[in-house]
Amino acid sequence: MYSLKFDINVCQTCPTGDCLVKCQYLHLDRDTAVAEMVKIGKGEDSFVLNDCVTCYACEEYCRRGNHPFYLITEQRQEKRILTAPRAITRQWINIGEPQGKYRLGEVNKRALSFGFMPEFLSWVEGRLFEDVMPSYIFGQEFFCNVVYIHFAETNIIKERLPRVIDNFRKLGVREVIFLHDECYGAFAHLAPAYGIEVPFKPIHYYEYLYRRLTELKDLIRPLNIRAAYQRPCSSRLSSDQHHFVRDIMELIGVHLVERTYQDENALCCGGILGMNYGYDLAHEVQQRNIDDMKAHGAEACIFNCPACQSTLERLVAKQGIEPMHMIHLCRKAIGEM
Amino acid sequence: MTDIVQSLARIVGDAYVSDRPEEAYFYARDPGLMPPHKPDCVVVPKSVEEIQEIVRLAAREKIPVVPMGAGLALTGLVIPLRGGIVIDMKRMNRILKVDEMARHAIVEGGTSQGYLKAYLEKHHPRLRHSIPDSPATATIAANVMIHGQGRLTQQYGFNSDMICGLEVVLASGEVCRIGSGALSPDWFSKGPPLPDLTGLFLGWFGATGIITKIGVKLYPRKKMRDVEIFITDRDSLVPGMVYELTHTEMVEDINIFAQPKPMIFKDNHHITLFYTGDTEEEMEFKRKTIWHSLDRFIRSKDGGFMGVPPAMKSTLLDMPQRSVSRFADVKKGGGFEYSGPIIMVDKYPACARKILELAEKYDLGYSGMARIIGRSHAMMYGFAFTFNRADPDMMERTRQALHEVSVFALEAGGVFWKGTADEQKMAMQKMDPATRGLMGMIKKQMDPHGIMNPGNWEVTEV
Ligand SMILES: Cc1cc2nc3c(=O)[nH]c(=O)nc-3n(C[C@H](O)[C@H](O)[C@H](O)COP(=O)(O)OP(=O)(O)OC[C@H]3O[C@@H](n4cnc5c(N)ncnc54)[C@H](O)[C@@H]3O)c2cc1C
Ligand code: SF4
Ligand code: SF4
Repeated sequence: MYSLKFDINVCQTCPTGDCLVKCQYLHLDRDTAVAEMVKIGKGEDSFVLNDCVTCYACEEYCRRGNHPFYLITEQRQEKRILTAPRAITRQWINIGEPQGKYRLGEVNKRALSFGFMPEFLSWVEGRLFEDVMPSYIFGQEFFCNVVYIHFAETNIIKERLPRVIDNFRKLGVREVIFLHDECYGAFAHLAPAYGIEVPFKPIHYYEYLYRRLTELKDLIRPLNIRAAYQRPCSSRLSSDQHHFVRDIMELIGVHLVERTYQDENALCCGGILGMNYGYDLAHEVQQRNIDDMKAHGAEACIFNCPACQSTLERLVAKQGIEPMHMIHLCRKAIGEM
Repeated sequence: MTDIVQSLARIVGDAYVSDRPEEAYFYARDPGLMPPHKPDCVVVPKSVEEIQEIVRLAAREKIPVVPMGAGLALTGLVIPLRGGIVIDMKRMNRILKVDEMARHAIVEGGTSQGYLKAYLEKHHPRLRHSIPDSPATATIAANVMIHGQGRLTQQYGFNSDMICGLEVVLASGEVCRIGSGALSPDWFSKGPPLPDLTGLFLGWFGATGIITKIGVKLYPRKKMRDVEIFITDRDSLVPGMVYELTHTEMVEDINIFAQPKPMIFKDNHHITLFYTGDTEEEMEFKRKTIWHSLDRFIRSKDGGFMGVPPAMKSTLLDMPQRSVSRFADVKKGGGFEYSGPIIMVDKYPACARKILELAEKYDLGYSGMARIIGRSHAMMYGFAFTFNRADPDMMERTRQALHEVSVFALEAGGVFWKGTADEQKMAMQKMDPATRGLMGMIKKQMDPHGIMNPGNWEVTEV
């Protein structure tokens, strides 16, 4: 079972300190990285607790079974070190509060979960989804709440997640396809790690799309475009699913440009950076990211997360790169758009 | 009264005068909370000459006249408190001139905000006026008459600061031009370098004359416009944030709101700031400067720029902003009123706490909303309550809450904006007696028979 364990002995013998050496925001050498992780592991103060910008990436950088980002988050929460302005944290906590405004399609044993992203209510249609729709679930009552990791508020997650899972249980679903990988990460990994039983099988929508595209192979017209991929922070919580990006693109004839900020080295869209740290950091990261897409000849930028898309789409489009969600890309490939 | 109706019909034509009960019912009230009072009749003139004749008739017969635009001021200012003739200005809605190079328009006294906006967008896309957020039918002259505020108020002051001349029908029926237009064909100034006589009319709510034409200053309309929202949980920090933002001189308009619903707005104060530009570079430069101006608050975690979802953005960028009207129906039954004192920006925390206290005390839906006037020179703080018209108890609670607002506003050093008749009295009681005396002299000279929107600014009653 997935667990969020953290063993400082493992750090002490770590040859690379990859978690913080690879961090794109802290720029540390191996010795400092290891020393700081050990300090954090012991519950001591570390500048990392102030300077980490919550990109989630070190969760993936550490290949030695530790969970550095969760540890940083827990320690921040413990020490009340704020990541975001108080008002922003409060606002996000309020937004996720259930209000009885959820929407359900004709839910049966298999369902699509839109989390709390209203975009999906209009985006999810066509043949790709015909074997599940109109079985869908949307609303705060079914929202994973994992976003609060950005705000070092895992308590909210721990408090709300059991209720959310209970709401799923009441629907009697057996298999849920999550259209946001934060939700997928929550139900596939986080909940079990917190000791909460998940009464259904979580499926990442990339896996689902890949399967559907394979089934609808005859309809696929290779798109023959060069695309950059904007990887979201939360996909680091389920990096085992990341290979589907390439798999899907290969299937539909999209050339994924091999840019610098790709895969493990992906950069944040800047949304959270702007809210939490202001203009300079967000602007610098966004600029670097988009320049990189351009330099590698991307004609389109494919998004996984609607929030990343809404943050970056205008900036990307200004550079002549077409912003597009993965769902739209796949629908285009089967001639629906 | 039928003689009067007949005389009025001779002036404006049968179709444009009425003393029928349906019309009397409608013109007896406004959408706010003030008790209704029926007019004797309603007239809808088309020209200055017709207005002159109506006023002469009223002066002769000593009948009150109440000019009315769209009746949206909400504080009972168009309710004919002593009966008489309501002069509905809506047919006087021509745009007489737009001078592109001198950036002004001359419009008739019943021209609506929406019409001027649409006209400029079509014929003069590089020009705009300071549009308020009232429904688009609200009239320009009435808004200036009540010293309204609009989208350009943070840059140029009250909408009444943005005019360049008036034509007014006096209580005697004479017509009179105010500003450069009094001696020049060009309406470029409302007063300077002459004595500024607009003060004899503006803010008087029609109690000294009826505006038949108004020169409105126009301003550059940039190609792009965007909005950001900075949020904080500390009301006490809002004045300092506004100070920094106004220092940039890059913001078009600054509105602040705090309300409990929907959940995304709960617990925080939202400083909504609009900015404009002709190029992407100009926009980005302004955005950067605006964001940087608040860096210290971000660093101290006292505030941050929230992500504005696309749907919210398009609502906010609407002019007028319809969300304000939508708020009116939160409690269903379409009741909405706000008392909006003009007050110093440093009183923001006190105002924000007061509205919370009153909403709790009277169990009301509320929104506290402020618009910055000038570079932090003052603000309009709107204590807005929404109520159900079919619920008399809720209406009474709203009335009581608004009364407490009036008392609070005066004590806090504020001045009522578009005050009700009662608030006008409260203001005059508190006023320096010499100033009050001067107002009395002016009113007496301007309206010797007391026929102009009586019940308003009646110094003698204080
Ligand atoms: C949802 C909502 C939002 C609002 N937002 C704003 C805002 O952002 N900014 C703002 O300033 N206001 C706002 N208001 C208040 C008000 O609606 C406006 O100020 C509006 O411009 C008033 O115009 P009116 O034509 O409705 O005026 P009326 O209510 O018809 O008249 C106001 C006063 O002017 C007098 N008057 C009318 N015409 C003349 C004339 N030709 N000559 C002499 N006197 C005249 C009337 O007798 C009355 O005393 C808002 C109101 C609502 C309902
Ligand atoms: S968290 Fe992982 S990568 Fe980082 S120092 Fe420890 S073992 Fe190494
Ligand atoms: S979450 Fe991102 S910013 Fe924070 S330490 Fe890990 S890699 Fe660095």
